[in-house]
Amino acid sequence: MRTPIAYFIMLSGILFAMGTVGVLIRKNALLIFMSVELQLNAVNLALVAFSRMHNRLDGQVLAFFSMVVAAAEVVVGLAIIVSVYRRRQSINVDDARTLRW
Amino acid sequence: MPLDNIVFWVFAPISVASAFAMLTRRNAVHAALFLVVNLFTIAVMFLLLDAPFLFAVQIIVYAGAIMVLFLFVIMLLGVDGDEKVRDRLIGQRAMAVILGTGFVLEIFFAVRAGIGFGLRAPAGFDQVNAGGNTQALATSLFTSYFFPFEVTSVLLIVAAVAAMVLAQRKAKAVTQAEAAAAAPLTPEEVLTP
Repeated sequence: MRTPIAYFIMLSGILFAMGTVGVLIRKNALLIFMSVELQLNAVNLALVAFSRMHNRLDGQVLAFFSMVVAAAEVVVGLAIIVSVYRRRQSINVDDARTLRW
Repeated sequence: MPLDNIVFWVFAPISVASAFAMLTRRNAVHAALFLVVNLFTIAVMFLLLDAPFLFAVQIIVYAGAIMVLFLFVIMLLGVDGDEKVRDRLIGQRAMAVILGTGFVLEIFFAVRAGIGFGLRAPAGFDQVNAGGNTQALATSLFTSYFFPFEVTSVLLIVAAVAAMVLAQRKAKAVTQAEAAAAAPLTPEEVLTP
């Protein structure tokens, strides 16, 4: 009488695919970064769903760790974006494709 | 129809729609706001999956802290909606959409073959969550996952320091001679204490 687990997995897969498409089609570094956040969240959803499916808490603990790592990653990533913007006054990823000067 | 089914079918379309809107908005602020909507719907999904602690953490950390950071950077950089439309690779957009659809189909068939669409969550999660979900998570976190938990705190400190180092403005060291040459003091300024 509960919602089947597979529905949550499917929702997670759809969101992950949308995040992937976002990473591939956007040119703005900030929007690419937001798409990566979307992917991380989709995986968290899958982890929690599997945790419920197996009646164990390990999936939730892993999702918790993944949230902490995501927070750290956002901090560093945004700092890199700010520093790239300072250097070339643009955060279009096509402008910053040489990784040098 | 049981209540959690209704909640799922209300929030899942909102989740997908807000993700789609986030992908298609030109304006970075609008995209960030749609992402907030998406994070909230995922938080609701956590609640449906009997993870109230993660529900709270999702709202506090993601929708609160991380999105504020995002919006702060968007405002700081003054990003306007001026994104170049021309692709560098020919047909990149079309290929991305095709591959994304293929990925969804792949997940669909994998799920159907793996766990099937009829499988419901087993009962007995109340015993796992005995004493409350937060307490059970804390027990797990401070016993079997204690070492990763401590490593996480190191990771956070490293990330904070890295962000400060990366985002700081490079201040040029100025010698006293250069400072004096740039703005020579008048005799009155030198003499007054």
